[in-house]
Amino acid sequence: MTNWEAVIGIETHVELQTATKMFCGCPVDFGDAPNTAVCPVCLALPGALPVANEQAIEGILSIAEALDCTLTETSLFYRKNYFYPDLPKNYQISQFTFPVGVDGHLDLEVAGETTRIGITRVHMEEDTGKSLHQGETGRIHGAAHTLLDFNRAGVPLVEVVTEPDIRSPQQARAYGAELQRIVRALGVSDAKLEEGSMRFDANVSLRPQGSDRLGIRAEVKNVNSLRSMQRAIAYEIDRQTEVLEEGGAVVQETRHWNEESGVTTSMRSKEESEDYRYFQEPDLLPLYIDEAWRRRVRARRPELPAQKRARYHDLGADAQVAALLVDSPDLGTLYEDAVVGGADPRPVGIWLTGEVVAYLRREGKAIGDTGLRSGDLVELAAMTAEGDLSSTAAKEVLGAVLAGEGNPQAVAEARDLLQISDVSAIENAVDEVLAANADAVEKILGGDTKPVGFLVGQVMRATGGRADPKVVHELIRTKAAG
Amino acid sequence: MSDLADLTIHEAGAGLRARNFTATDLLDATLRRAAVTEAHLHAYLTIDHDGARAAAATADRSLAAGDDDRPLLGIPVALKDNMVTRGVVTTASSQILAGWNPPYDGTAVARLREGGAVIVGKTNLDEFAMGSSTENSAYGPTRNPWDTNTVPGGSSGGSAAAVAVGSAFGGYGSDTGGSVRQPASLTGTVGVKPTYGLVSRYGLIAFASSLDQIGPLARTVADAATLLEGVAGWDRLDATSYHGDLPDISGSLEAGVEGLRIGVVSELTGEGIDPEVLSATRVVSDRLSDAGAAITEVSLPSTEFALSAYYLIAPAEASANLARFDGVRYGLRVDGETTEEMMAKTRADGFGPEVTRRILLGTYALSAGYYDAFYGQAQRVRTLVRQDFATAYERVDVLVSPTSPTTAFEIGAKVSDPLAMYYSDVCTIPSNLSGDPAMSVPVALDEGGLPIGFQVMAPALGEELMFRVAAEVERAAEFTVRARLATSEVDA
Repeated sequence: MTNWEAVIGIETHVELQTATKMFCGCPVDFGDAPNTAVCPVCLALPGALPVANEQAIEGILSIAEALDCTLTETSLFYRKNYFYPDLPKNYQISQFTFPVGVDGHLDLEVAGETTRIGITRVHMEEDTGKSLHQGETGRIHGAAHTLLDFNRAGVPLVEVVTEPDIRSPQQARAYGAELQRIVRALGVSDAKLEEGSMRFDANVSLRPQGSDRLGIRAEVKNVNSLRSMQRAIAYEIDRQTEVLEEGGAVVQETRHWNEESGVTTSMRSKEESEDYRYFQEPDLLPLYIDEAWRRRVRARRPELPAQKRARYHDLGADAQVAALLVDSPDLGTLYEDAVVGGADPRPVGIWLTGEVVAYLRREGKAIGDTGLRSGDLVELAAMTAEGDLSSTAAKEVLGAVLAGEGNPQAVAEARDLLQISDVSAIENAVDEVLAANADAVEKILGGDTKPVGFLVGQVMRATGGRADPKVVHELIRTKAAG
Repeated sequence: MSDLADLTIHEAGAGLRARNFTATDLLDATLRRAAVTEAHLHAYLTIDHDGARAAAATADRSLAAGDDDRPLLGIPVALKDNMVTRGVVTTASSQILAGWNPPYDGTAVARLREGGAVIVGKTNLDEFAMGSSTENSAYGPTRNPWDTNTVPGGSSGGSAAAVAVGSAFGGYGSDTGGSVRQPASLTGTVGVKPTYGLVSRYGLIAFASSLDQIGPLARTVADAATLLEGVAGWDRLDATSYHGDLPDISGSLEAGVEGLRIGVVSELTGEGIDPEVLSATRVVSDRLSDAGAAITEVSLPSTEFALSAYYLIAPAEASANLARFDGVRYGLRVDGETTEEMMAKTRADGFGPEVTRRILLGTYALSAGYYDAFYGQAQRVRTLVRQDFATAYERVDVLVSPTSPTTAFEIGAKVSDPLAMYYSDVCTIPSNLSGDPAMSVPVALDEGGLPIGFQVMAPALGEELMFRVAAEVERAAEFTVRARLATSEVDA
């Protein structure tokens, strides 16, 4: 039996959140009533012409630069010709030769191992409108009629295409997640898969382990979450393995992922595929990105997720906590501010990714809606370090601070949670307990340490649980042995 | 000539400012002329009586208030029906846009309105500007006012005929391969194809985007200059529009040609050009020489390939530009069982034969496996054409040639022979491929009494020089005759 290796490449479409559309002045806003964010240009009325949106160009340059692409000095727009009712011009303005960015890469760290995924190209294009098929299935087959909404038509779209460097569904998912983080860190898109502002198509093929030739691939469309991308690719690998094991051949085709049934089905084969008749868009000038512009883009590159994870790690968070904090930038910011403010990074990281995340999930809140500020974390960490709060009490205080009851000191006092770590105050209680339990003291002096725990418990009870157990323990050992 | 409709724009403007008559008087004269001539010519597809009256009244109020410094204020003009006009039906002479009422004005149209021009109506053209005779109109042909058995040229034949006959003081057309200059030549008018990018294409229904330019048709060179200045200039809605200082066109007309170097295009002096046209061209060249210009012959070797390259590039771009006419959002819709069938039926019914032919030709030229041999090769020829012009302009200041290889031909004469029709643009196409300006000036009549045009070409943004030479051509030719239909008694 052959050992098959999966070869996977991913095409990602990212809608840029610019103020206006790619080639006209219509707002980019998805909450609007159908066909209200439209104009002669994005409806392709006769005579209308496109003008490229500078903000979108800045956006794609950020993405291409963050993926370490070579930025093309003179980049060209093309017309990609095909007829579809939600494509108003019946051609899409896209790029073909000379895309904005080429030859980039994205380093993935999965289970401690780094894999470099090559980025073939990053190019600029425009989105289509939306077809709303009116019928029971919501799909085109069996629809009685179709309604069209052109609000999305002309929204700037960036396509990121990888080399076939991905080898597993898990890796594909990790790539998608990391690209999403990068796009969000750049602030150019909300990159929401469920809303379609980020969309994946996966090209999957198999080849015998060790071969360096590419097999025939199928393109899987309609994956609307990272999880469904992983599932769809896993399914596709299984399907193709079965085909090949049975001596068959994989057909080059586009396949549709069905989320409910968990299978891919054939949409169209390559023989029926269209000839897009690309030619250079005569209505737009070449896009000239000079060295000064390229320098500006490089200079404003923000800290990317991988760098941030490394920095959090350096600040004392373990890899898992660092990853979680990078995925929740609000918590990450709190973490940074608290640590910079002098807090011990370890408990802060654990609190944020433990109690705080659980609280937010339970209450359905964002961190900004709670009473927690970075100063509270600094204070809480200090109180714990100085022994004013037990670790259990610290969690209780944190919960109360989140709920808006006040700062940690005030909460701890109000709830009477402060530990007594003043030795003289504890000493009195210890002396009383020792005096009342002469037997136990006797045994300890005889070398039996068992009663120590009993005596500590007695002191804790006498102090209402607020004495620092470490201090109590220490005092009993010295005094009883004394 | 006591009829106001026969005044030039400059005469009419002077009269308005002197209060000799009003803008409404000019419009009335124009509409009276149209009422007589339209039955014979069919220059207009739509006459916007209400809009024109309102614009004339507005112009009269401005004039009365002394707000009268806009050169086109109160001047009745005709627009080719591929220029998008808000609230006035715009069809590009196609069934597929029958009754389409645009919600916006193209930039040139908006500038004319701001300039106080009175838009009389929309003129006939070859469907989507594809043709050289104005016979390819879904609404019937336009006829030539010099001889109504002949064509007015095309595709801007409607505007040319209207200007020639006096049913507009000035007109606008679009020139993709000669569609302003060739009808100007055939109707005894002045027609200009400006430098690519000088006039915004926003709101011009696209035929071939890299070649299309809006340009004026007029009865004099000075009027043409004024009409061009009324619409030229940068537009943020057209990424290909020129952003820089505009040439001072009107200011250059009296400078003469003393000391200028004028090149006669040698490839356009022989085979394929009507001998009468050639001899008229030579006469004008001699007079330019008499006026002090140095005349030499200059070769543009790529000229013989330009026509073929054009008939690949223009249809290729058109095949994409016309894809939007699909029955989905506006215009004609012919129902079908599926969306694809609806689109196919709409397009089959909506486009005429010449448009269909060019869409097919262009689609084929861009197809996988053919692109390099056709579209790619045509683009290389285009580069050669540009280089030829650049080389020529190292030796001369302007180039001249006939505008059209023949004078007006009979209606129907070339309808069944597309290649013969395509040849009508042999002299004009190179300037579209190079993007440089060119214009036609009427210089003589042939033996049949039909006008002959003389073409002046200049380097990009060389409009000043081009008009300077054109004005001298106009003076030298002393061409003052008017179209028969404009001067004879015609039954109303």
